[in-house]
Amino acid sequence: MKRLRQIAIGVLALIFAVSLFANFVAPAPYAMQFRDFVSSPASRHFLLGTDELGRDRWSRLLYGTRISLLLAPAAALLSTIMAVLIGGIAGYLGGWWDRIVLRIIDIFLSIPWLFLFLIVRAMLPLNTPPLESVVLTFSVMGLLGWAAPARIIRAGAQSLRNSDLVLHARACGCRGLRLLLVHIAPNLKPVVWAQFWIAVPTFILGEASLGLIGLGVAEPLPSWGNLLRELANPQVLMSNPWVLAPLGVLVVVVSCFQFLLPQKEFAQ
Amino acid sequence: MKRLLLSFAFAAASLMAQWGGELRFCLRSEPKTFHPLQVEDDASETVRYLTGGVLIRVNRLTQALEPELATSWKITQHGTAIVFQLRHNVTFSDGTPFTAEDVAFTMRALMDPALHSATGDAFRSGSGEVRTMVAADDRVTIVFPAPVAGLERLFDQVPMLSSRSPQKDMAVAGPFVLDKYTPGYEVLLKRNSHYWKTDATGRRLPYLDAIRLEIQQNREIEVARFQRGELHLINSIEPEVFHRLSAQTPSLVYDAGPSLESEMMWFNQNPSAAIPDYKKAWFRSKIFRRAISASINRADMCRVIYFGHAQPATGPISPANRFWYRAPSKPQAYNPAEARQRLLQDGFHLEDGALHDREGHPVEFSLVTNAGNKVRERMAAMIQQDLEAIGIKVNVVTLDFRSLIERISQNFRYEACLLGLTNYDLDPNSQMNVWLSSASNHQWYPSQAQPATVWEAEIDRLMRAQASTVVREKRKQYFDKVQEIVSDEAPFLYLVTKNSLSALSPKLLNASPAMIRPQAYWNAENLILSPAQLASNVR
Amino acid sequence: MSPAALELDSNWLPAGWAREKWQMRIRHITRHIAVFVLTTLIAGFLGATLVRFGPGFEADEQQLDPRLDATSIQALRASHAEERNLLAYYVHYLGRMATGDLGISRSFARPVSELLEQRAKVTLQLMGAGLAGGWALGLALAIPAVIYRAPLYDMVVTTFSGFFLCVPSAVLALLLFFANGPARFAIALLIFPKVFRYARNLLVDATMQPHVLAARARGLSGARIFFWHIVPFAAPQLLALAGVSLGMAFGAAIPIEVLCDFPGIGQLAWKAALARDLPVLVSLTILVAVFTQLTNSASDLAAALCTRERR
Repeated sequence: MKRLRQIAIGVLALIFAVSLFANFVAPAPYAMQFRDFVSSPASRHFLLGTDELGRDRWSRLLYGTRISLLLAPAAALLSTIMAVLIGGIAGYLGGWWDRIVLRIIDIFLSIPWLFLFLIVRAMLPLNTPPLESVVLTFSVMGLLGWAAPARIIRAGAQSLRNSDLVLHARACGCRGLRLLLVHIAPNLKPVVWAQFWIAVPTFILGEASLGLIGLGVAEPLPSWGNLLRELANPQVLMSNPWVLAPLGVLVVVVSCFQFLLPQKEFAQ
Repeated sequence: MKRLLLSFAFAAASLMAQWGGELRFCLRSEPKTFHPLQVEDDASETVRYLTGGVLIRVNRLTQALEPELATSWKITQHGTAIVFQLRHNVTFSDGTPFTAEDVAFTMRALMDPALHSATGDAFRSGSGEVRTMVAADDRVTIVFPAPVAGLERLFDQVPMLSSRSPQKDMAVAGPFVLDKYTPGYEVLLKRNSHYWKTDATGRRLPYLDAIRLEIQQNREIEVARFQRGELHLINSIEPEVFHRLSAQTPSLVYDAGPSLESEMMWFNQNPSAAIPDYKKAWFRSKIFRRAISASINRADMCRVIYFGHAQPATGPISPANRFWYRAPSKPQAYNPAEARQRLLQDGFHLEDGALHDREGHPVEFSLVTNAGNKVRERMAAMIQQDLEAIGIKVNVVTLDFRSLIERISQNFRYEACLLGLTNYDLDPNSQMNVWLSSASNHQWYPSQAQPATVWEAEIDRLMRAQASTVVREKRKQYFDKVQEIVSDEAPFLYLVTKNSLSALSPKLLNASPAMIRPQAYWNAENLILSPAQLASNVR
Repeated sequence: MSPAALELDSNWLPAGWAREKWQMRIRHITRHIAVFVLTTLIAGFLGATLVRFGPGFEADEQQLDPRLDATSIQALRASHAEERNLLAYYVHYLGRMATGDLGISRSFARPVSELLEQRAKVTLQLMGAGLAGGWALGLALAIPAVIYRAPLYDMVVTTFSGFFLCVPSAVLALLLFFANGPARFAIALLIFPKVFRYARNLLVDATMQPHVLAARARGLSGARIFFWHIVPFAAPQLLALAGVSLGMAFGAAIPIEVLCDFPGIGQLAWKAALARDLPVLVSLTILVAVFTQLTNSASDLAAALCTRERR
């Protein structure tokens, strides 16, 4: 597993470095339309071909990777931290606090939050740069994505609170914040890491789903989300298989994340 | 030549027609109503077209008026009245006879102020009541308070209701009648056995037994099902789909030429809009608007987005509208260099490649359009690049339709808008509420108390003049002048006129797609399914 | 003390104590029901607020029809009059709801109750197939990972499940449709990676607990250890995940129904959101609130029972 982690680190670093230096690596600006080469196949000039407006797919993939690779984990981190704070503390404290938080979670899960994205998009100032707009979209996803994992983390915290481990710690005089940070939080790691690992592609796909229904990243900014939109047309897929490239990169990145994050090793 | 061949084919097919079969195609949404006079959405309009019997029908292919439930008509009293001679021996789908009283009943229902029907509003030419006078069972006169321009054509949208049928508005006089509606899935229409029209052999039409309208919003799924043979036609297909299908099976697709639909953009010229004053000054400048227009490469849009199945638009009227179209005397050519030059002469200047106005503000504006429309999103991206070439930055913002409508019609918090124009009627009088400066659809600056500019006042005068006369040639002269002013002042930047694109199964005979809606099934009563298809329909 | 007071019930408590315990239970249940109802009402009101004060509420596509005159456009705008005062509208709505009338949908022009009834069946079928398939597949892949403890298997399955985490659910459904497969199983393919990931971690964590090691040391069989010692330990969190996966399934159902044209609740919710259809959106929010609370309460109850049994 150690070897696997090293490989994962290497791959992630390479992808990250290439996308960070997209300005230098990309052969063309992501918005440049080569209108005489619309939907063209892969070639020496266009490594992954061009899209329906003649824009170089390889350039758009590089820039899109930079945006999604930075923002999706940030949004996932935000939602995970909120889930740990809210769900973890609720499960640890129990009683009235736990009940109130559970009700807030239920209310949160009931409201049509897709509608909120409609509203956020509609209320943004019209001349908001596309990059700010996408940062806001991911932030909103992060702020809204805590409720479901909070429930699971709360269950975990509750279970730990009643465990022998914590009983023993309390008997030794450990209380309050120290108990939470030293004994409970570390033991929540499996479920917290699982949540973070799942949240990264979930937010990327969330942005893709928003794009499928017209609320995604504004033109001409590329992101994995709007690159993945092309998969919704299987006819295009069959004639231009290089549209799978963003999916391939996403799978590689997500796989690397999961090998990188601490996992429970099997007991020998 | 193509039309002549189609006519021969049609005649030949009629002689050898096989009766029966179930035609299948899709509705893009659920119909909101089956009441013929309350139709407001496309799906309901499809059902109305297929079931409604009208007095006069516009032949979608020839654009000529044809007698239907009325055998003849005459406009009298300087265009304020129309006298109909009705067809004999016509009954509704439940056997109730059709008489002049039904026409009167329909008009009274249509003109009911509480109905607020778009079809009814098209008849409102002035304040006062619309009167109907039944002279005999087969003769009726309808009198309007003021002349109604293009009066006869409007009856194409008015299906007759029965005044006596116990089925009320479900009794219809069209070729099909509503049989079953399964919400979320389909609408099933069956042959109206009382339909008045017959074929050359004297047998009662339609040829088809039924039409199954399946509710399918996803266009890709619709195309896949069409290719699998589950559907017989797609009334209107996207240019990308047309291009793909024509590469695979050219015989399946049909380009009927320019349609009545176009795409356009405009700037917000409303002085009370919540946008900076310096931007208002840009948008109200004819030089600025014309420069923007000259910088947009319409030919590229037609080639790249529409795959050649569109043409650069020059004005509000499509070239397919043969009588009303007028080519502009000074067409707007694509010339970004000249556009930049005109702007520089007008006080703008370049700084590091970016255009600035005389006060030093960088020329930047937002362009809103509706989310989820891939064609418009691509057009917006192309406009973005075209204007970047002359130093103007455009921010494309896609909004859901209601948010967009609120901005352009209610709070006016937008700078430029890209939308499509759909003409329901060939007659430009139907666009009165776009051209009158006091109207709410005068998009760039609606509901003006007084015309804000001299040219808008002139358009108001010309539109009222054309509405007040029934002499067609005179009306055309007036409207030609309107087109000339619009071409010069460019309140709307017309971008492309789309072609009418349809897909037809080879099993469907007698179909001859037109450029006016409904393109592919306008002659539904004459459509035939091939014998092989009929055999496969047997279950 | 009178002999009656010394009467014992079957739990060996004095009879008065049993009555008190029963009264406490009733109070407890009543409190739960009150909280349930209050949460539902708050959720409904918040949903209504979002719709009412969101942009485009009084806009209508018909306004762009050039044939409509000024009077008709005014009438169109006035049709929203009843909904402008949100509190009054909500109170009236609740009053009507008590009689089973959920109002008339503005976008579908049909009774909301009729719409919900017809569409709920479609969504329940979609979600049912998705959840059953997702959990079955997720657990079927997680359990061998724990039992056989093979790093290669773990790596392969993790990568496989990671692939399905990366494909948008709606795209998955469309691909299944075009491959003539059952599009309704797209939800299963969406849920199983999450179930696998959580279940694998939880079960592995459970295998390292002292009581499991002790059971192994005593020579208990693998199956017995798994079902009697590992599963009960992980059960509370797995049950919490079960409750949450219902929400995931519903969330996934929306884009699938919208893009694949399944006439279910998800498609209804999306169309109602686009049309600012207040009666439908309020009803849906309340329905989802009830559903969410019921499923979460059920999973909490089951988790509590498991924890008690474990003790």
